Amino acid sequence: MQYPVRSAERVGGQIILLLHHTGHAMFMLMEACWFVQFAFGKRSRHETMTQLFVTGIKSLAVISVVALFTGMILALQTGLELQRYGQEVYIGSAVSVSMIREMGPFMTGLIIAASVGSAIAAQLGTMTVSEEIAALEVMSINPNRFLVMPRLVALTLMMPVLTVYTNILGILGGAIVGTTQLGVSVTSYMDNAMQFATNKDLYVGLFKAFIFGIIITTVACHQGFMTTEGAVGVGKATRRAVIISFLVILVVGYMVTRIFYL
Amino acid sequence: MIRFDKVTKAFGRKPVLDQVSFNVGEGETFVIVGLSGAGKSVTLKHMIRLMLPDSGTISIDGEAINLLNQRALREVRSKFGVLFQSSALLQWMTVRDNVALPLREHTKLPEEEIIRRVNEKLELLSLSEDGDKFPSDISGGMQKRAGLARAIIMDPKIVLYDEPTSGLDPVTSRRIDALIVNMREHLGITSVVVTHDLHSALAIGSRIMMLHEGHIVENATPAEFIKSKNETVQSFLESQYITKKGKWEELSHE
Repeated sequence: MQYPVRSAERVGGQIILLLHHTGHAMFMLMEACWFVQFAFGKRSRHETMTQLFVTGIKSLAVISVVALFTGMILALQTGLELQRYGQEVYIGSAVSVSMIREMGPFMTGLIIAASVGSAIAAQLGTMTVSEEIAALEVMSINPNRFLVMPRLVALTLMMPVLTVYTNILGILGGAIVGTTQLGVSVTSYMDNAMQFATNKDLYVGLFKAFIFGIIITTVACHQGFMTTEGAVGVGKATRRAVIISFLVILVVGYMVTRIFYL
Repeated sequence: MIRFDKVTKAFGRKPVLDQVSFNVGEGETFVIVGLSGAGKSVTLKHMIRLMLPDSGTISIDGEAINLLNQRALREVRSKFGVLFQSSALLQWMTVRDNVALPLREHTKLPEEEIIRRVNEKLELLSLSEDGDKFPSDISGGMQKRAGLARAIIMDPKIVLYDEPTSGLDPVTSRRIDALIVNMREHLGITSVVVTHDLHSALAIGSRIMMLHEGHIVENATPAEFIKSKNETVQSFLESQYITKKGKWEELSHE
């Protein structure tokens, strides 16, 4: 009789813990959203610009490589199948629609979660265990304004911009494979790519990127603030931030697609 | 000035503070000592509401800090400067920017005035030459002094020191002790110091309180503390080779 009771206790405890963490993360996000109005004010301008630089410029190299090869792989895999039916001319549309609707925001989200999100969790985690967050609180400096808000602004602004960049490079990658290996002319590829992708595809993709920016910031900052157990805890927080971001990006990505395309 | 009234705090089932009551008067250097895990840092964190008690009241100048709203809490916290055990300097800022941070965040002073005040504090703590260095480029003792400069930049009434000499060599430790005494004598600051270093406690404290297993086992002047009949206090004194003879003999006769 004791076993089911203990199991129920454990499950109940986990649910309460999950709700507690979700509540804390939501409160942190709401407060950071309120402070967004001060993002380019005297006190926060420097930090916001720094975060825009870190998120945007410092991620460009890895995003360029991933985007280019994603487009190339997409073009090669799809193109070989289309070639069997003599329809390789449609490779442009296949790549552009896939990139703009799904792969662009999704790949950008994963890269930013793994690079910027993990860095945020590690930095805030280290600050938490070395009492820097406590010091900010004692100095009456709100960590949600000082640390979370600039990162939220940077990620939500940069994610759509980087997604457009990923889309362009992905389509270009597809063009390289299409012209060099599938025998499709550049003009034909580009015409096809532009013909099938709609404005709605672009807007939904950018909306997803914006939402992914919020998700990555919230998860990474929350995990950073919840860090305990010193250096080991920082490692755990970083790992959790990346895993949770990946999972939430997948689920939310699916839900947004379902809302707009079903 | 600071009043703890029957404060209890437990982590899990084990109480770290059990019905703890004490007062810290204005201008005092109140030292809290005890073994690791005795609840010293927990006591300090309650004073600035980095932790809330399970029961009991903590009052600062008559205001119950555990019942205040955020705005009132900011007011009360502005009376405090805190030197954290790890110094807690922001690693991406220079020493000068760290010290200037509270002024930049909470005042509308022109930048020249901020720099002037920061330089004044850095000079007071013998850090004039190190303002442009990053925390990772300076020694532990210098980091403590930089943390102290930041703690006093807003001219607080009370400074809390969490293990100010931990991890430092004896010479630097005594230098930090001298700075704490200096803060009281020249700036009239009330100090609360958490330490397990009894040499430091006896040298700087106007009163010493010892915590053990969630209870206060002694709360006395250094002269009374060294003569305490309490077994825990005696064994703590002996563990640090402090006897009524030798260096501390004079104190024990006061």
